[in-house]
Amino acid sequence: MTTAIEVNCATGEVTERPLTTEELAQREADAAVFAATKHEEEVAAAEAAIAKAALLTKLGITADEAKLLLA
Amino acid sequence: MPNTFTKIASVTVGSGGSSSLDFTSIPQTYTDLCLKISTRDNAASVQNNIIFKINGVTTSQSLRYLLGNGSGPSSVSDTPIYFASNANNSTSNTFSNIEVYIPNYASTSVNKSVSVDSVSENNATAAYAQLTAGLYASNTAITSISITGNGGSSFLQYSTATLYGIKNS
Repeated sequence: MTTAIEVNCATGEVTERPLTTEELAQREADAAVFAATKHEEEVAAAEAAIAKAALLTKLGITADEAKLLLA
Repeated sequence: MPNTFTKIASVTVGSGGSSSLDFTSIPQTYTDLCLKISTRDNAASVQNNIIFKINGVTTSQSLRYLLGNGSGPSSVSDTPIYFASNANNSTSNTFSNIEVYIPNYASTSVNKSVSVDSVSENNATAAYAQLTAGLYASNTAITSISITGNGGSSFLQYSTATLYGIKNS
């Protein structure tokens, strides 16, 4: 799917072309940033879940009981 | 709708998908531009952002947006201009609804505002509604516009984009 659909608004001509070398490089860079960001989010979510479970254990209550306290 | 609203060009993605949808050689004969977009891309998530390129690049762009995602609102300042669209984990066969409006796009003496109203459809709690105030801080006339999926994703079949020109008289 590394193609671009290009429409020339002056002529109405629609062409499908391969991405240029520059566009491919940008696409790969974008994908790398996206993957890194997603990994960071997953790590942060996992750490938050571990911290939450540890706190509940420390308090000696369940997650449902914690919700009752905050309701 | 007033008769000053004219379709310039439209594109629909075929079965092979596409990484980018480009409008080039935009006529400089209108007052404003309006781009209507309905997209779904192949990213493995409910929502993915569309990156907006003006004259082939994302430089000189910035934005502030208000976002509702089904769990909480947020307000963000960022660069470049981007907005929410459906990705491949959203409800099957649903597509985003997006409108981009650019007044005075042909001006060579003022910066350009880029206002975006975007919604990613999803039959679940996580669905995105985003209002974006974008700025293209350049007095260069806009002659081309491109949209690409964030993270190297590609638009799926039946995604569409239609560019309209608006005259004020």
